[in-house]
Amino acid sequence: MATAKLKGVLFNPIFNNNPIALQILGICSALAITTTLENTVTMCLAVIFVLTFSNFFVSLIRSHIPTNVRIIVQMTIITSLVIVVDQVLQAYAYEISRQLSVFVGLIITNCIILGRAEAYAMNNSPVASAVDGFGNALGYSIVLLFVGASRELFGSGTLAGIEILRPVAEGGWYEPNGMMLLPPSAFLLIGGFIWLLRAWKPEQIEETPFRIAPNSRPARAY
Amino acid sequence: MASRDSIANTLRVSFMVCLVCAIVVSTAAVSLREAQQQNRLQFRQTNILQVAGIYEPGMDLSAAFERVERRFVEFESGNYVDMPDDYDPVRAARDPEMGRTLERDPAGIRRQPKVGEVFLVRDEADEVSRIILPVHGYGLWSTMYGFLALEPDANTVAGISFYEHGETPGLGGDIEKPRWQQLWEGKRLYDEDGEVAIRVVKGAVPEDAPNREHRVDGLTGATITSEGVSQLVRFWVGERAFGPYLDRVRKENQPDGNSDG
Repeated sequence: MATAKLKGVLFNPIFNNNPIALQILGICSALAITTTLENTVTMCLAVIFVLTFSNFFVSLIRSHIPTNVRIIVQMTIITSLVIVVDQVLQAYAYEISRQLSVFVGLIITNCIILGRAEAYAMNNSPVASAVDGFGNALGYSIVLLFVGASRELFGSGTLAGIEILRPVAEGGWYEPNGMMLLPPSAFLLIGGFIWLLRAWKPEQIEETPFRIAPNSRPARAY
Repeated sequence: MASRDSIANTLRVSFMVCLVCAIVVSTAAVSLREAQQQNRLQFRQTNILQVAGIYEPGMDLSAAFERVERRFVEFESGNYVDMPDDYDPVRAARDPEMGRTLERDPAGIRRQPKVGEVFLVRDEADEVSRIILPVHGYGLWSTMYGFLALEPDANTVAGISFYEHGETPGLGGDIEKPRWQQLWEGKRLYDEDGEVAIRVVKGAVPEDAPNREHRVDGLTGATITSEGVSQLVRFWVGERAFGPYLDRVRKENQPDGNSDG
């Protein structure tokens, strides 16, 4: 029973309750750092680390956190974890940390992390919370990897720096799509991902909030 | 549980959380500082070698850097001076003794050190092959930091690069792209009278412009960034910065062709 529940906690956020595709959270970083696959993978690892441990630590002290300062306590824990990630990147992956620049710090403001701390970790045991954080970070990563891989492949003709489609400028046949390197393309790709996901799992399609009554005619509107 | 929301508990929990987080963050910062400084140093060395045109990916940085000599130049006189190894011009600019506030400040840097650093790259014959000047100045959003590499004649630009800036990616951010940096190669800083003549213009330089050798194409859609680069280069090679030093190098070059600066 307990393991079955944990399995659901881990796998549900990947496709059934994806934080980006269904809850539409954490879009900002999905636009900003997905131009190359290498940056995307680093960002995903950073979010997996931060989200898993922030959920774990928030849950660990959940019964001691006073209600009126709970958000700021959660933020303090999240911020500390993000600073640690930033410091480690600067020490061991300097080139990537320069490219990700401010967006590592902006993990702090990623809605998924505070959202999971508030919605799940405050009410569940540390282990379940860590698993929930890990699962949600995986759900985030899946979308980011999809967007990052598509943008790098169609924007520069490479994948993780390895040339797949030889661009015209280097004597190949592929004309790189410059729009893929600009932020709006991430919106289109995320939209495409949501479309595919909902075609596969129609239960995720939201009900139309209102409908035009069948007997109304345009003339009545005036 | 009853006392969870009491003021005493709120203060206690807040204090404990802050204390633990502060310890974790400062431990990470202190224990990783050495590796981070090493990275920054290597990054700077890579940039100096790149602008000098001798960088190859995967090369041994410290071995290659032995051909680069770091010297200190007093701006006012243009002479070499001796400074301790850990002298940092950026920090010196802030020091009231070692820097001065600029009243006329076209590059937007506010304070300038009295002593700056130059890097002299030597070729196999031990002759100076490149003079590299660190430059910085304000663009549209940010201070842009870079290097300007000169041929031994102290007039012809061999290369320019920017390694730190916060300009708009895709517009002003293109100052870090080789495509634009290449436009600088072969341009001349000074005219016949020794006045600073280099300038970044708006748009492309016309094919038949008489002063083509002093003009660089501006970046499309980044007029203010381009103007910032123009001003900062003009300032740093001008009379208040490296001007007197470069002047001296040029004069020493002329009579007997001795390029040993």
